Amino acid sequence: MISVASATKRYGRTAVVDDVALELGDVGVTAIIGANGAGKSTLLSLIGRLLPLDSGRIEIDGLDVGATKGDVLARLVAVLRQENHLTARLTVRDLVGFGRFPHGRGRIDAAGRAAIEEAIAYLDLEPFAERFLDELSGGQRQRAFIAMALAQDTRYLLLDEPLNSLDLRHAVEIMRLLRRLAAERGTRVVVVLHDLNFAAAHADRIVAMRDGRVIADGPPASVMRSEVLEAVYDLPIDVREIDGSPVGLYFR
Amino acid sequence: MALLAVASTFVGVADVTPGSLLAQGTDGEAARLLVASRIPRTISLVLAGASLAIVGLIMQMLVRNRFVEPSTTGTAESAALGLLAVTLLAPGMPLIGKMGVAAVFALAGTGLFLLVLRRIPVRQIVLVPLVGIMLGGVIGAVTTFIAYRYDLLQTLGTWMTGDFSGILRGRYELLWIAFVLTVLAWVAADRFTVVGLGRDVATNLGLHHGRVLAGGLAIVAVITATVVVTAGVIPFLGLVVPNIVSMVIGDDVRRGIPWVAVLGAGFVVACDLLGRLIRFPYEIPLGIVVGVVGAALFLWLLLRKGSRAH
Repeated sequence: MISVASATKRYGRTAVVDDVALELGDVGVTAIIGANGAGKSTLLSLIGRLLPLDSGRIEIDGLDVGATKGDVLARLVAVLRQENHLTARLTVRDLVGFGRFPHGRGRIDAAGRAAIEEAIAYLDLEPFAERFLDELSGGQRQRAFIAMALAQDTRYLLLDEPLNSLDLRHAVEIMRLLRRLAAERGTRVVVVLHDLNFAAAHADRIVAMRDGRVIADGPPASVMRSEVLEAVYDLPIDVREIDGSPVGLYFR
Repeated sequence: MALLAVASTFVGVADVTPGSLLAQGTDGEAARLLVASRIPRTISLVLAGASLAIVGLIMQMLVRNRFVEPSTTGTAESAALGLLAVTLLAPGMPLIGKMGVAAVFALAGTGLFLLVLRRIPVRQIVLVPLVGIMLGGVIGAVTTFIAYRYDLLQTLGTWMTGDFSGILRGRYELLWIAFVLTVLAWVAADRFTVVGLGRDVATNLGLHHGRVLAGGLAIVAVITATVVVTAGVIPFLGLVVPNIVSMVIGDDVRRGIPWVAVLGAGFVVACDLLGRLIRFPYEIPLGIVVGVVGAALFLWLLLRKGSRAH
């Protein structure tokens, strides 16, 4: 379990994450939604110890994120930020291989090699495995980074807007993949999503944030309601049921 | 590379050829020259070339910019300033002590460069080396001013222009420190690649970003200082060689290091040979030859189609 206790992160005088208490990782796929600046990405970075907490405490399976050794955490949780500006010229297979770094400090054994090939196959990257990252499209590169996180073989996987720069087909494929990971490997996925309908269609649980606080939390049916979504996004959103699942209409 | 090294030992004013060696035997003039001057010169060229090229590679990973190396980040100028300071304040210090002071200055100068970079978030990657060159210019100006006041301009000149003509046995052995550090860098190669992927990815993979940065900068500073102390600054080497290797086999440091080392050593030995042959029997200092050839190659790297500088 990931337990967040009164976590706070300030930039200047504004609290971007404001006294958040939350338990995550109870279900397969948890989606965090909210408007720009709601604190979703910051919260994910705090959990993944990419940012230091100002106050509060975050534990993953009982290990304090701020005090546990880096490589111990790296075998437990993988976190992927949205911008991966890359200047290094690596092949896809090399990059995915670095996902094994926490397991062998650069030495890759047979199990590691199998994990790398599996991650590459999971994301349909076999045709590009020997290509350099700077020769790929944005979507292919994004998938390569997700494959690296997969090769890390952790119980928890934190992804910050992984659908950015993906076309619709690849976006749907990534969400299906996250579901598959949860079902086949028991991975607990926490994913920040921009599009609430992707969250509604694929997540087991939706956490909605606004102004650094959690304002709604529960299964999609309980969060996907007009009055809740209007409070989250400051926008009237009509929710319809299509084939038994809720869909938010907000395009006009 | 091996051929170049052999050729390098047989080029010089005095007649040292395989024939003269055989004719005079191991006690002859040619053999003594070979052991005292020619072989040390070739060894130091190889060590300096390989280690400086690797320093460039490491810096490019640490700063995440492919146009940085000791002469574009203020590192080399800071080392020279340190050397000047120790020459003025403690002239009797042994060479290794001088090297240590120069390394501390080089580390401080590079740290200053990183601090400046952090203050001004640079969007264009070519601006990063420009910031470093400006910083190096300021440090260089201070150094020149001090050297001018104390009548040490000529000494400063020998540090700022790499020249291997004064290398003799007993005057180059510090470079073995650089050799040890390059081996260390090879052992830690994967860490540098991971840091080259950015702070977030490095943290995610369980690496202490700050520690790798500090360790890498220490290697950079000490190697730069040893080369500046023994022979002087060799510009562009750490920039040109890793970029060419990167174009062909990519940026995986562990895979790249042997190629960077061999190519760096070969490039320096070839440039030194060129400098000795162009107006034989006189010499053109290596720093100047590498500066001209390296600058041309650097421009080509910047202008070539598909360069990521644009």
